[in-house]
Amino acid sequence: MTYLKGALAWLVDPAHWGGAGGIWVRLGQHLLTTALVVGVAALISLPVGIIVGHTRRGSSAVGAIAGAARAVPTLGLLTLFALALGIGLTGPVMALVVLAIPSALAGAYAGIQAVDPAIGEAARAMGMSEARIVWQVEIPLGAPVIIGGIRAATLQVVATATLAAYVADNGLGRYLFIGLKTRDYAQMLAGALLVIALALILEAVLAALQRVVRTHVTAPGTARRTQTHT
Amino acid sequence: MTRRTLMAPVLALIVAMGALAGCSSQNPLSGPTTSALTTIVVGSQDYYSNEIIAEIYAQALEGAGYTVDRQFRIGQREVYLPEIEAGGIDLFPEYTGPLLQYWEPDTTARLGDDVYAELSRVVPAGLHVLDQAAATDQDSYVVTRDFADQWGLTTIADLAKVTTPMVMGANSEAENRPNGPTGLLDTYGVSVGFTPIEDGGGPLTVKALQDGQIQLAIIYTADPSIAADDLVSLTDTKGLFLSSHVVPLASDKIDAAAAAVIDAVSAAMSPDDLIALNARSVTDQLPAATIASDWLAAKNLS
Repeated sequence: MTYLKGALAWLVDPAHWGGAGGIWVRLGQHLLTTALVVGVAALISLPVGIIVGHTRRGSSAVGAIAGAARAVPTLGLLTLFALALGIGLTGPVMALVVLAIPSALAGAYAGIQAVDPAIGEAARAMGMSEARIVWQVEIPLGAPVIIGGIRAATLQVVATATLAAYVADNGLGRYLFIGLKTRDYAQMLAGALLVIALALILEAVLAALQRVVRTHVTAPGTARRTQTHT
Repeated sequence: MTRRTLMAPVLALIVAMGALAGCSSQNPLSGPTTSALTTIVVGSQDYYSNEIIAEIYAQALEGAGYTVDRQFRIGQREVYLPEIEAGGIDLFPEYTGPLLQYWEPDTTARLGDDVYAELSRVVPAGLHVLDQAAATDQDSYVVTRDFADQWGLTTIADLAKVTTPMVMGANSEAENRPNGPTGLLDTYGVSVGFTPIEDGGGPLTVKALQDGQIQLAIIYTADPSIAADDLVSLTDTKGLFLSSHVVPLASDKIDAAAAAVIDAVSAAMSPDDLIALNARSVTDQLPAATIASDWLAAKNLS
């Protein structure tokens, strides 16, 4: 209990919020790192996942690769990247992208693949091109699952981005490392609570986005019907 | 739907906080510490070089007929010293300067014998330090050979001649400790930036030095990479770093006979011995037990 009280006292101390190493700056860095990593991971995995889901080819290969990538220890990978590329954010960002890809990729191809093949066939019979089927049929229908994959990736990255502080003056992980090394467990716990808070906020935002997409993009008709019923 | 999905993480957070609150009052290291009188508990820091020295102590004691319980790789000083003070560990390889600073943060002693005398005075009841070894292992500021040649650097004071911005790389705790940028500014009037590299002067730190991402790193004097990677350790002319000889910290369970065994080890351990021991770990990747037994055999102590 002492540590928790200490952590809360640490958090409410205004001196810890401002300045170059303050909580606002660290939160901002952490959020930017997370956004950058998830953005890069999405750029890589969404096209691949959507193509695999649409063609229904290579899903076992992609699944195997994504599954194997999940088993890679991020700290080890980060150290390898940093040894090759030097200290700074590049190594951690690359290691975190590897962490984020499996979830984003799985969401993308599962989302597309879960769309009833009959719907695609119907669209094809109506004369829609493959590109239009992907863009106007499969992506809207698979969107909630695709966003779910991004959501899972974001949650993993926001928690693991603390490792960026291993080789860079960046993010909320700084509080964890300093707290651990100097036995300032109040500071360490405060840093952990900040990471949890940030993760919950991102989780809420993405959950809301998922709901909006589900009711307005994936199945706008059902939403309207529900509204008239109530 | 959304409310329910949000409730789960919130509940998990509350449960986690409860679990933290439950365990926070307990010492994670506390456990059964009772042992037979003849069993000597030897501990070591979470530092490979310290573990080798602890292993040497352990094997020397075993050679003299004692039973040894090895509690190695415990952690940093803030973690294990309370455990030693509580009587859970009987023998621990320490370093005179940092140990003195732990009990007396404002000490002005800097030189080897002063530090040792001061340390002997402040050791709490129930503990004592045995003879210090000639071997030293202390923080030092290290630059690359190229950087030293470019600016004509041999001492820390010479850093004032450098006109380009400098960044120091070290473990994050150094940022606010006297051995970091704060101490460098206070003692030498040299201001540098800071970037954390959490590998304790290991390969990532050396790589950052060589790449020029940092100009200055804190690396221990007994680190074999100083010689292997052609780095220059700057001389500390104003006593920023305390003299830091290897010294065994012992509880009262270490009697005169056991102390004699350890004193013989300390008497034999030279600064070059320690660097060589470390090199066998870093370069040859040998386990501490092998390194220790080879050294004891070479010194006719086994």
